[in-house]
Amino acid sequence: MMSSVSERGPIVERKRAGSHCERKRAGPIVSVSERGPMLSVSDLCVAFGAREPVVENISFKLVAGERLGLIGESGSGKSVTALAIMGLLTETARISGSVRLHDAELIGLPDAKMRQLRGDQLSMIFQEPMTALDPTMIVGRQVAEARLLHSDQPRREARARVLEILGQVGLADPARVAASFPHQLSGGQRQRVIIAMAIINAPDLVICDEPTTALDVTVQAKVLALLDHTLTASGAGCLFISHDLAVVSQVCSQVMVMLEGKVVERGPIERVLRDPQHPYTKGLVMAARIDAVPEGQRLPVISDFYDGGSS
Amino acid sequence: MSPEAINGEAPIYELSAVSRTFGRPPNQVLAVRGVDLSVQPGQRLGIVGESGSGKSTLIKMMAALDRPSSGELRFRGRPLAGLAERDLGFLRSEVAMVFQDPRSSLNPRMKVGQIITEPLRSRLLRGRADVPDDHRARLAEVIKAVDLPSDAASQYPHEFSGGQRQRIAIARALAPRPQVLIADEPVSALDVSVRAQVLNLLADLVETNALTLIFVSHDLTVVRHVCDTVAVMHQGEIVEAGPTSRVYANPQHAYTAELLAAVPKINF
Repeated sequence: MMSSVSERGPIVERKRAGSHCERKRAGPIVSVSERGPMLSVSDLCVAFGAREPVVENISFKLVAGERLGLIGESGSGKSVTALAIMGLLTETARISGSVRLHDAELIGLPDAKMRQLRGDQLSMIFQEPMTALDPTMIVGRQVAEARLLHSDQPRREARARVLEILGQVGLADPARVAASFPHQLSGGQRQRVIIAMAIINAPDLVICDEPTTALDVTVQAKVLALLDHTLTASGAGCLFISHDLAVVSQVCSQVMVMLEGKVVERGPIERVLRDPQHPYTKGLVMAARIDAVPEGQRLPVISDFYDGGSS
Repeated sequence: MSPEAINGEAPIYELSAVSRTFGRPPNQVLAVRGVDLSVQPGQRLGIVGESGSGKSTLIKMMAALDRPSSGELRFRGRPLAGLAERDLGFLRSEVAMVFQDPRSSLNPRMKVGQIITEPLRSRLLRGRADVPDDHRARLAEVIKAVDLPSDAASQYPHEFSGGQRQRIAIARALAPRPQVLIADEPVSALDVSVRAQVLNLLADLVETNALTLIFVSHDLTVVRHVCDTVAVMHQGEIVEAGPTSRVYANPQHAYTAELLAAVPKINF
């Protein structure tokens, strides 16, 4: 069950966790948290009210800097999993199992403690940038807010940092963007602002919940390239939620497929794409390869892979 | 009825130098600039472009939900300029639309049966020769055609998944037996896994009902599966048009090539 998805940690991290720097220092050993998995989720179950659980026995580990794709159709429980990790589920949700960030247990953590982690060590990029941003506040202030809540930095320095980070996410004129309201920006620009907000405190884990679904293809390609670049630069781990395997294959090294609240398949992305095991995954792979189907031919649908057992 | 309309080969739509602007000069937006286009009966036309390229404004004008600022738009040879809404029955009964997001295009307080038959009860459509008058029979027919469960009519939209809701929207569009189906990004709000089902359904329905299809999308690979011709829009202008297979295999305009390259593909 707990098969780890972390065999292929990034090279940078291996070096850091490896032995040679420890030997040099010879003093206190690198803290345990830097070596173990950064995030480990085990037997996570979420249910609402008296109904059937929507997420059942999800377990996975993520080492620092690793990127895991979580894929499934709407209603499969991927967003609920993400919200459970972030501690953002409503009080009516019944959560069991464990979510550990480094060595701290997050399930059952008081809200005040959770607030300190959120936006600092854990951050989230939501699907719809227009609803994730406050429409009554200029975006510079919103990005600064994320910074000021988690540091003692004076406001003036925070402003410089905000402009710097807005520049880093590829916004051509940071000062102008910072002074704009969300409705004055395009969808792509808004999503860049959200990304800036998510990475300004150099978090260990960024959860991306369908970050490009609301964007059109040309903008999506640019935002995905930016995400790839910024995650690499900041060394943040990432849980990337999407319903599109093609998108996941561009950012993630590992993938987990969810169906009706359960993980039905997991592994390195190349393996899953080349040799999907579960019929649902087979269907997803074909659905994502719409460009490979000859023109005018009927498109393969998921149910094709359940009945008749085409392999 | 104009003489051309009897002749099957006359174009359904003729657009010449159609432009649409919003706002006044200092902040004026040229949403559509000088578009020339003609749509033949039975043609399956795809319109692609990024958001803000004017594709939705263009089809809104074709569906007479908006009017050009300048230029001429003819439907079945009849100019639409200056026609009051009450005189648009000839267009309303022949042109149906499917919108992008079925969550917002279906009234949450109406039952699916009422939603689908609503166009049949329209004052503009009622009593026209080409519009079915047995609502119950037509309802059962279209529900079957779009593969919804037969008891769907007595349920509310929220009881259905995204893909099923888009089927309801398609059933509503088909109810008055239109000749032209305009679909504005009908699969963009859907999961990749149900996208193929809806595209297959649309392709089948267009085929069996001999519909003329105008299909708007930002994704050229999707258009390739349902359309025989494609027009690429960029900043309000049509920058490239032609048979889909040609445009897809050999894009002439740099913007078309950029659009094609942007579609996420599986990296092996």
